[in-house]
Amino acid sequence: MSFRTKGRWALVAGLAAGTLTLSACSPGSLGTSTGSAAPSGSEAPAANVEITLLADNSDQTVTQAQAMIDAFNATNQGVTVKLETRAQGADGDNIVKTRLATGDMTEVFQYNSGSLMAALDPGTNMVPLTGESFMGSVEDTFKTAVTSGGEVFGVPFGQAMGGGILYNKKVFADLGLQVPKTWAEFMANNEKLRAAGIDPVIQTYGDTWTSQLFVLADFHNVTAAQADWAEKYTANQAKYVDEPAIKGFQRLEDVYKAGYLNKDFASIKNSQGLQALVDGTGAQYPMLTFVINSYLDLADDAAENIGFFAQPGDDAASYGLTAWTPSGLYIPTTTTGEKLDAAKKFLAWVATPEACDAQSAASTPTGPYLIKGSTLPDGLPAAVTDLQQFFTDGNVSPALEFLSPIKGPNLEKITVEVGSGISTAADGAKRYDEDVKKQAQQLGLEGW
Amino acid sequence: MTITQTSRPGRAGRPTRPRRASGSYVDKAYPLWFHLPGGIVFVTLFLVPTALSFYFAFTRWTLFKSTFIGFDNFVLFFSEPGLIGSLRNTLIYGFVTSGAKVVLGMLLAVLLSAPIIARGYLRSVTFFPVLVSTVGVGLTFQILLDPFHGVVNQVWAVVLGIDGPGWLTDPSIALLSVAGIDVWKGVGLATLIYIAGIAAIPHEYFEAARVDGASSWQVFRRIILPLSWSATSTVILLSLIGGLRSFDLIWTTTGGGPGFASDVIASVIYKQYQAGFYGLSTAGNVILFIVVTAIIYPLSRWLNSKETSL
Repeated sequence: MSFRTKGRWALVAGLAAGTLTLSACSPGSLGTSTGSAAPSGSEAPAANVEITLLADNSDQTVTQAQAMIDAFNATNQGVTVKLETRAQGADGDNIVKTRLATGDMTEVFQYNSGSLMAALDPGTNMVPLTGESFMGSVEDTFKTAVTSGGEVFGVPFGQAMGGGILYNKKVFADLGLQVPKTWAEFMANNEKLRAAGIDPVIQTYGDTWTSQLFVLADFHNVTAAQADWAEKYTANQAKYVDEPAIKGFQRLEDVYKAGYLNKDFASIKNSQGLQALVDGTGAQYPMLTFVINSYLDLADDAAENIGFFAQPGDDAASYGLTAWTPSGLYIPTTTTGEKLDAAKKFLAWVATPEACDAQSAASTPTGPYLIKGSTLPDGLPAAVTDLQQFFTDGNVSPALEFLSPIKGPNLEKITVEVGSGISTAADGAKRYDEDVKKQAQQLGLEGW
Repeated sequence: MTITQTSRPGRAGRPTRPRRASGSYVDKAYPLWFHLPGGIVFVTLFLVPTALSFYFAFTRWTLFKSTFIGFDNFVLFFSEPGLIGSLRNTLIYGFVTSGAKVVLGMLLAVLLSAPIIARGYLRSVTFFPVLVSTVGVGLTFQILLDPFHGVVNQVWAVVLGIDGPGWLTDPSIALLSVAGIDVWKGVGLATLIYIAGIAAIPHEYFEAARVDGASSWQVFRRIILPLSWSATSTVILLSLIGGLRSFDLIWTTTGGGPGFASDVIASVIYKQYQAGFYGLSTAGNVILFIVVTAIIYPLSRWLNSKETSL
């Protein structure tokens, strides 16, 4: 196993480079919430196996994970799950990769599905769950997103989400606007909104990730125009500089050039953008639906007043949603013996409708669960109902990151440039194609 | 002292003898085990990682496995459009902050060396920003310099009646804004070094100059400036090294943005680590090391050669 040894040495160099924030891992696991009276030394391991779940530290994730853990600990005797949290985003990616590389991963961990999971080298680092009986109750959409090398590796955590446009229904009603089914209708609406003194499109480049939506949420329109685009893209045969994929960059450029953005787009953050949306000073906000929980408290009528529609393309006939599958729970190969059995017991329970209900009780679901037989509660925010409609109609395409392992790390910087007029759509697309090349080479894909 | 005296009578005129004697004394006083702890720390934490990072710079490395790919990382690093920009930004940032710290530090030091009211207090105030965490400074200025809600532009709008510039969001000035914050934060240290440099100039020079009827400008130009040269070279070197590898302030204020407008080599390297391109970013670190050395080493030789002895 020369790779392993190399991995350890490699880590020393990694540490020296000072990028690893391992220290951030520890504080999440403060004491077990179960409060068992017995001192840990005297507990017989056979009677109660304790395993730890590592999840990101966003409010949403922590609430849902804790709700599931509490419900699970209450039902299944014999296994106790603890929650440990880690940073989100790219720092979190580094923590997960480092802990996997050093064999220091918790018994179960939560992580994105799709291209990010593929970058973890699942074949080496994770326990395949393909043959487990509980995988039968997981929707196929999700299985595709956590499959690598023919094996399935995860169960879904949380709900699916959509990428599209959140809009203020009251503003639309006041101006007599209809939800657009084509890009031309969308731009026509924008013109009327601007004439009425309302910012047609909210952008928030203070949080750079929010700038990617026009490009990422346009993917349904790309697949509608060319069904095998994702495959060709992975094989280095389709590029963002060409039609149909360049449209996303052009749309971003169009709204900037037409002057449809809020004037403080370069500096404000996601929360300020949501505030502008619920206040009605801005009418539409391209977003992922997981933010729905963040705006519910910003205004009394936010739940009913904010709706959602998919990003329109050129053709009303092919109008549909670009969807993101939820993150998954995975077991690293370092989990063995009775801990492995315990971890599988936990995952088996997570893949049940009861686990979904436990999550729904803790926080408002923002999309459908990908567990067979699960239901959503009544009285959901309007945007969730709008989103749900696309899934019910089956009018959904998975986002590119679930069809191809390649996602360039600099997309959010490039879309900020295009979206604020620093560079053109064509230059941005070209630059992103370059950016993607590194990722493909890093993954060792054919044809790059 | 005793050693050289005892060895000298027997072997006078043989210069090698005292050195060997003191060598054996060191051997006796510091046996091998005494060097071991420091040696182990140095080898495991400095030598091994340095050697390994030079190796991994030539690989495509995922933390799980690495493939040797020769100079590809370096080629990629230099062919990337963002890198040329970030290299230019690094140099601009390094020289602007260093130059401003030298000039402002010198002026402040002359002022704070003069007998003025509340001198001690003013000296401390100048130094306070140095003590504050850079990340804290960065986040604070991000709020202060917000183009529409920040204090700076609100004052600007009241005084001038027009909207102020987007200090951190306008791609043409973002880098210089961050450099300005860096100068504010770092000038205290430059001032401190200059104050020490000026204080070290013997009083006789000033007295002689005064007797000869030299003006303040002449005292500054002919005495303070040349005789505080060692302070100047220290400030230049420290601030230039700091400026060339600057990261934390840029990351907390602009994140290298908007787009790539204020990216420096260090932030590019960090982003590549984030993206999981470990080999590529290690190559970037090697490049940064070479760039800094290539600038600092000749500069430090030159500065030292210009030094005037008191």
